[in-house]
Amino acid sequence: MSTVTTAAEKQILTATFSENVITPNRTEGEQPFTLNFGPQHPSAHGVLRLVLEMEGEVITKADPHIGLLHRGTEKLIENKTYIQALPYFDRMDYVSMMCQEHVWCLATEKLLGIEIPRRAQYIRVMFSELTRIANHLLWIGCHALDIGAMAVMLYSFKEREYLYDFSEEVSGARMHANYFRPGGVNRDLPEGLTHKITKWNDNFEKVVIPMLETLLDENRIWKQRTVGIGVVSPEEAQAWGFTGPMLRGSGIEWDLRKSQPYECYAELDFAIPVGQNGDCYDRYLCRMEEMKQSVSLIRQCVAKLEGELAGQPCKIQNFKISPPKRNDMKSSMEALIHHFKYYTEGFHVPAGEVYAAIEAPKGEMGVYLVSDDGPKPWRVKVRAPGYAHLQGLDFMSKGHLLADVTTLIGTTDVVFGDIDR
Amino acid sequence: MKNTVRIVRQFFLIDMIKGFALTFKMLFAKKFTILYPFESTPISPRFRGEHALRRYPNGEERCIACKLCEAICPAQAITIEAEPRIDGSRRTTRYDIDMVKCIYCGLCEEACPVDAIVEGPNMDFSAEDRKKLLYTKDILLANGDKLEPTLAERLKRDAPYR
Repeated sequence: MSTVTTAAEKQILTATFSENVITPNRTEGEQPFTLNFGPQHPSAHGVLRLVLEMEGEVITKADPHIGLLHRGTEKLIENKTYIQALPYFDRMDYVSMMCQEHVWCLATEKLLGIEIPRRAQYIRVMFSELTRIANHLLWIGCHALDIGAMAVMLYSFKEREYLYDFSEEVSGARMHANYFRPGGVNRDLPEGLTHKITKWNDNFEKVVIPMLETLLDENRIWKQRTVGIGVVSPEEAQAWGFTGPMLRGSGIEWDLRKSQPYECYAELDFAIPVGQNGDCYDRYLCRMEEMKQSVSLIRQCVAKLEGELAGQPCKIQNFKISPPKRNDMKSSMEALIHHFKYYTEGFHVPAGEVYAAIEAPKGEMGVYLVSDDGPKPWRVKVRAPGYAHLQGLDFMSKGHLLADVTTLIGTTDVVFGDIDR
Repeated sequence: MKNTVRIVRQFFLIDMIKGFALTFKMLFAKKFTILYPFESTPISPRFRGEHALRRYPNGEERCIACKLCEAICPAQAITIEAEPRIDGSRRTTRYDIDMVKCIYCGLCEEACPVDAIVEGPNMDFSAEDRKKLLYTKDILLANGDKLEPTLAERLKRDAPYR
């Protein structure tokens, strides 16, 4: 397995700020100061309510409160067919939409025991990687803005606009795409889209990533705010169930795309970036490198889609689990029956239980699906990466200053859509 | 040696100067923003915006009250009531979409076997009154009449992919 250790070279530039963790000196009989951070705090990323216990400026305990964005998605899905449940996944982690759809499709397909066409696999992987970049761009923009670097957000959000345009062109919606379907993808890529993606991709690699790195990599304020903050040892990261960049930042080489490849990831060439020190700066470097790897993955997918996979079907040709073409539906009685069955009753999924997981931008996103042979799932449990990361906030923030809490919230990349579900 | 380089770079504020140079350069870059209500970015034929009910070229409404859209709607935003018309054809007497419930997933448009309900290109239909977002059949048909050339063009352009 190949490894990119970006941290090694860049840490040399890192100045040493040794005393980051402060031990508070409490006088006898003194009470700690309780501070409510959020849910309306602009840097609390959505609706995070954090109850902080402090000694002066130093945090002794951070107690995250969840549930303010609870919509009961898991329960709702029990009353929806497999197709109807899909839009709910867009709304879970609302900054990496297509990745969430992906995990639902994978779980359903695993239980159905079907193999989707290769073109669909490549389209899905391409859009998963575009979504990963969109997620990391939002992360870098907001994280830097929280810490005080405003320009980064302006440039990263501009790039996200292009990604949303691609999403809109392919699915019809900028954010909540509803594009991946059990059995493939909804519609094929419109003509000229791959060309646009390539053009954007090249520019992103050549111009935008170096731009973001110029602004942050060496910047002394950025480093003072991130180096040595929120250090997570590899043991702690594993013990708390961290996944994704939070785990890789601590130096553990674990990526579901490599360790248990799904779709066509096994055929693609990419590397897993790992950090060394497990602090916020290393996680930043990891995510930046991940974006570069995604760029290369997109390039490989586009080459395949334009090359050998051009013109192939983008959804499974079994009309029990995928709707027939519209022209067929209007002329053939059998296709019309399939169409009506698909959009009313849906399809029956064999009884059984399955766990499918993907490497979402934030970490391991999993769906545990139980079916009782009906057209609706019997029970769905979603494993959200942010939930595990949020519980680590307490040990990570201990001994740090109040201002560092924003850094830590930023580095964990919490989005409450998937934590509260 | 590397340490010396680092100290020199730090002393001469190289990191800061590089950053400021970049942001200053962007001052002269081409503007990316647009004046929204007066300008807007192009949208694709697949865009899912405000709903519309379409008619056939002879003025007859397309919807046959098969209720597929009502069945597939994940948010249960569509309500349909139907009975036979005087001429014996089956038509809706009520076709309501609660635009507040709607999640704009596009499944109604996909499910419709006669291309009656479509999600059009219009995205700015916000209202100050909640009642104005409870769309009835008349509003939806009016939307369709207003936008018909555009809607037909959009469906034609996307037809090869559907």
